[in-house]
Amino acid sequence: MTTLLNVRDLRAYYGQVQALHGLSFSLNEGSLTTLLGANGAGKTTTLRAICNMVRSTGAIEFEGAPLTSRSTENIVRLGIAHVPQGRGTFTTMTVEENLQLGAITRRDKAGIVSDIERMYAYFPVLKQRYTQQAGTLSGGEQQMLAVARALMLRPRLMLLDEPSFGLAPLVVRDLFKILGKINREEKVSILVVEQNAQLALELADQAYVIETGRIVMSGAAQEIANDENVRKSYLGY
Amino acid sequence: MELFSNQILAGISTGAIYACMALAVVMIYQAIDHLNFAQGEMAMFSTFISWQMMQWGIPYWAAFFLTIGLSFVAGIAIERILFKPLAKAPVLTNVAGFIALYSIINSSAGLIWDFTIKQYPTPFGSAPFLGSQLISTHQAGMIGVTILLLIGLYFFFQYTRVGLAMRAAASLPESARLVGINTSWMIALGWGMASAIGAIAGMLIAPVVFLEPNMMGGVLIYGFAAAVLGGLTSPLGAVVGGFLVGIFENLAGTYIPGVGNELKLPIALALIISVLVVKPAGLFGRAIVKRV
Repeated sequence: MTTLLNVRDLRAYYGQVQALHGLSFSLNEGSLTTLLGANGAGKTTTLRAICNMVRSTGAIEFEGAPLTSRSTENIVRLGIAHVPQGRGTFTTMTVEENLQLGAITRRDKAGIVSDIERMYAYFPVLKQRYTQQAGTLSGGEQQMLAVARALMLRPRLMLLDEPSFGLAPLVVRDLFKILGKINREEKVSILVVEQNAQLALELADQAYVIETGRIVMSGAAQEIANDENVRKSYLGY
Repeated sequence: MELFSNQILAGISTGAIYACMALAVVMIYQAIDHLNFAQGEMAMFSTFISWQMMQWGIPYWAAFFLTIGLSFVAGIAIERILFKPLAKAPVLTNVAGFIALYSIINSSAGLIWDFTIKQYPTPFGSAPFLGSQLISTHQAGMIGVTILLLIGLYFFFQYTRVGLAMRAAASLPESARLVGINTSWMIALGWGMASAIGAIAGMLIAPVVFLEPNMMGGVLIYGFAAAVLGGLTSPLGAVVGGFLVGIFENLAGTYIPGVGNELKLPIALALIISVLVVKPAGLFGRAIVKRV
């Protein structure tokens, strides 16, 4: 297996406050990896550091190329789609415009049109609402739109920040099913940050557990899910 | 009745210019959240450039389009040199930047072309339009050019890739970067377009107010009034506001006793204050529909 993303000794800062304390992990091509941890552990910061949206030091390599000196938009152009916390929906624009924005860096018009149709096949509810203002969608629909928008980039790697946040459990199940399907069928590697550890471990193949800016546990998702001590001390279920 | 329709039409024609200025102001406001106090001076300088070209023998329309192109480039240059470094600076620093820009451009124009009032040609002539006494051909031309410009802008923002990217960058910069949009250049592009739109407004109004370094002062205040009335977050509002302010200004000057030509400008200011007190978001101010 080849390594797609390699993070070494990552330290990140918000002003004077250090949020990550030398965090290292890697993600294999084609894998669905989850980053678990409590509130404030540094999960979101890790994703933001990968996209250079927070001041950080250390090495981040994507397919062997360093990301640290690149701007956010240039990192995205390498094929890293980031669905931020709060989904980043362009609420005043229509559903279809949101999808077009996902593909704004692409030039192949025909490919974009057929990809939009593909997204409507994955998420039929978006098709019903394609002329609707995205801000009027429900939380679950907006999360689907956010995932679809990220896929429009035809990414190699998708970063998802708490996709389950604020959604009803049934909606979360559906969403996670689709994520698994995307990972298998579209060959998109996924790094998902979650507080809902149980669900994330069911979905993922690899898992890392973060506590106060450091990796404290890593391994196959199944093993971590089966380790009662880990579950009790870090994951709280 | 003739006087009334005459005033309405005259209002629409000057309103077209206010609409352009308001649109330019809104464009920059959307991009960087600041009001460009120097918008009028930039337009004035562009108008002088076109005048200079015509003095050198370049025909009107060639000078017109050359000036639009030059203003576009100059707008981008101003953003890159002066306002990009100020992007994260406090509001007052930016305001100081705008005032500096205002005086630099105003004084440079005075230095180069001096402060005497100059005639500015119109390509439309000033005969009665279609034989009617209501408006002149130049006024009709002002309305026509503005409408063409607005239609062009509408199609640009609604149906082109760059237009979509610019709207995205203005509404949610962080999300825009996360889909790969270079938001910094979108801001520069917004400046370029605002500067070009201002140039069009300046060249169209110059035959009416005559060419001199302070020609756009009053016009910009009406433009601000239009932008505030329509809502600073809404380009459509800015345009509607522009026409409304133009009509209102003319009707007030004609029918309210004691207003006349001298008190027209304070009316714009009174309008700004009333809108800010009664409906701060303006007529078309953004009402975001949101459900979480």
